Amino acid sequence: MNWLKKPASDTQLTHGDRLWLYFVATIIMLLLVIPTFIVIPMSFSESQYLEFPPEHWSARWYNVYFESSKWMRATVTSVQVGVLTMLVATPMGVMAAYALFVSGHRAARAIFAFLITPMIVPVILIAIGAFYAYGRVGLNNTITGLVLAHAVLATPLVMIVITSALRNYDLNQERVARSLGATRLKAFFVITLPQIKFSIVTSALLAFLTSFDEVIIAIFVSGGVNATLTKHMFSSLRDFIDPTIAAISTIMILVSTTLLLATQFIGSRQK
Amino acid sequence: MSASTASKTEGINEKLLRIQGIREQRLLLSLATPAVLAIVAIIVIPVGWLFYLSFTGSNGHLSLENYQRMIEYKSYARVFVTTFQVSILTTLICILIGYPLAYFLAMLPQRLAGFFMLAVLLPFWTSLLVRTYAWLVLLQKNGILNDFAMSVGLWDTPVKLVHNLTGTLIGMAHIMLPFLVLPLYGSMRKIQRDLMHAAANLGASPVQSFWKIYFPLSMSGMVAGSLIVFVLCLGFYVTPAVLGGGRVVMVATQITAILENQYNWGAASALGVVLLIATLVILYAATKLMKLDAALFGKH
Repeated sequence: MNWLKKPASDTQLTHGDRLWLYFVATIIMLLLVIPTFIVIPMSFSESQYLEFPPEHWSARWYNVYFESSKWMRATVTSVQVGVLTMLVATPMGVMAAYALFVSGHRAARAIFAFLITPMIVPVILIAIGAFYAYGRVGLNNTITGLVLAHAVLATPLVMIVITSALRNYDLNQERVARSLGATRLKAFFVITLPQIKFSIVTSALLAFLTSFDEVIIAIFVSGGVNATLTKHMFSSLRDFIDPTIAAISTIMILVSTTLLLATQFIGSRQK
Repeated sequence: MSASTASKTEGINEKLLRIQGIREQRLLLSLATPAVLAIVAIIVIPVGWLFYLSFTGSNGHLSLENYQRMIEYKSYARVFVTTFQVSILTTLICILIGYPLAYFLAMLPQRLAGFFMLAVLLPFWTSLLVRTYAWLVLLQKNGILNDFAMSVGLWDTPVKLVHNLTGTLIGMAHIMLPFLVLPLYGSMRKIQRDLMHAAANLGASPVQSFWKIYFPLSMSGMVAGSLIVFVLCLGFYVTPAVLGGGRVVMVATQITAILENQYNWGAASALGVVLLIATLVILYAATKLMKLDAALFGKH
């Protein structure tokens, strides 16, 4: 165990002195990851009661999920709303981030702060506010209403990702293009966009996930045939532990893990 | 003579350029219009409406009855106490668990830290509902945790771990931890290692240099992270509703209950307004505090 005697960092400590830290951190990381992922093996249990490890393995709960018209309908709605939210929030956020970053107007800071409000106002308040206002204009239980509300939640996230990408990008390149006769629009699409495209993809995935995982607004403003997956999941959670939820959770974990790894991959490509 | 004409034309050009510059700035700013309009439509107008409703009495006139009720009724006091209690405890648990983790990550070489950071990011990206469900399954009476604890002999009969405060705190701490670890890790990475060298050089023990130098320098990230966690906890709905099993009534839960049972928009709005104001006050104080911090210790 030579490694233990090596210096752990540029302080006077060796790895051996730091062992307790490695031990504690490992336990914390396991506590962070295991509770979520333990649902995956449990979802393949035959039993009505979720057990770990399952005594008999089966895809019973996946069959229940795929054969239920209620769950299928809700899944379609959630994916639909997620994709539409992504399509609305990404251009909206990219435009706003670019505008505020490039303009140098003295109001830019204030507008940026205003556009971040959806991250500050408690979601429960946004949810009941939208529920009340939608009631007046007939947007409750519609896809449009839900997409609008989700897009507002997702836009600040898109803006933050894009602004940080623009910080690492040399805007002089656009100036060069324009001095050579390109319009600002052309300079953006030909010069800037290709260089921040990975960040745009990341922000789009984030926008999709924000909508796909959102619960509170969905509980209030979605319903009927347009109820989302999360709304149905939440109402079954409050009543009893339905093993079907374990199967759905597994699918949702797969979706988010795939998207996260995709962004990490994109991030490493960008460098 | 000609020189003065030249300077005059330059002056005119300058003005034109400036006007064009301003025009372009405005045109650029207008790109933010869709986002601004969306937020006005979905947040500003509805929340403004709720604000108005909160000051409307049951007879439809302006009144403070919705706010008076909060002061007079014991049930409201209990909701506020629970909300603060859960938020403070969750924040403390996050600090206790998050600090060593962030410290560990900050000590690792960048590449390795990126890998271990996945342990923080994976749950962060996983649906909050899924994580809440997972805890519900783990913590139930015949769940894994009880089984495990009894098989090792920690306790003999199943302990009630969920549908109470314990379950709520476990679930909330798990969900909030990344919000603390990410900013804390960021501030720890910025600490200059030379300072630790200098301290060692001057004869400080590792423990001394940690408490005298490293810990104070990591405070800005810790304060920022704790505040985010605390503020998010104040308005939390899903996890306390599911893991609290009706026993942990926080502000958001109460708002929903009022709407579901009484359909009393005035009362629900008033609670929402109080929640919003509490959030804003804390964030405002935080930015002041941070500026003070930056002024006192310099930017880091």
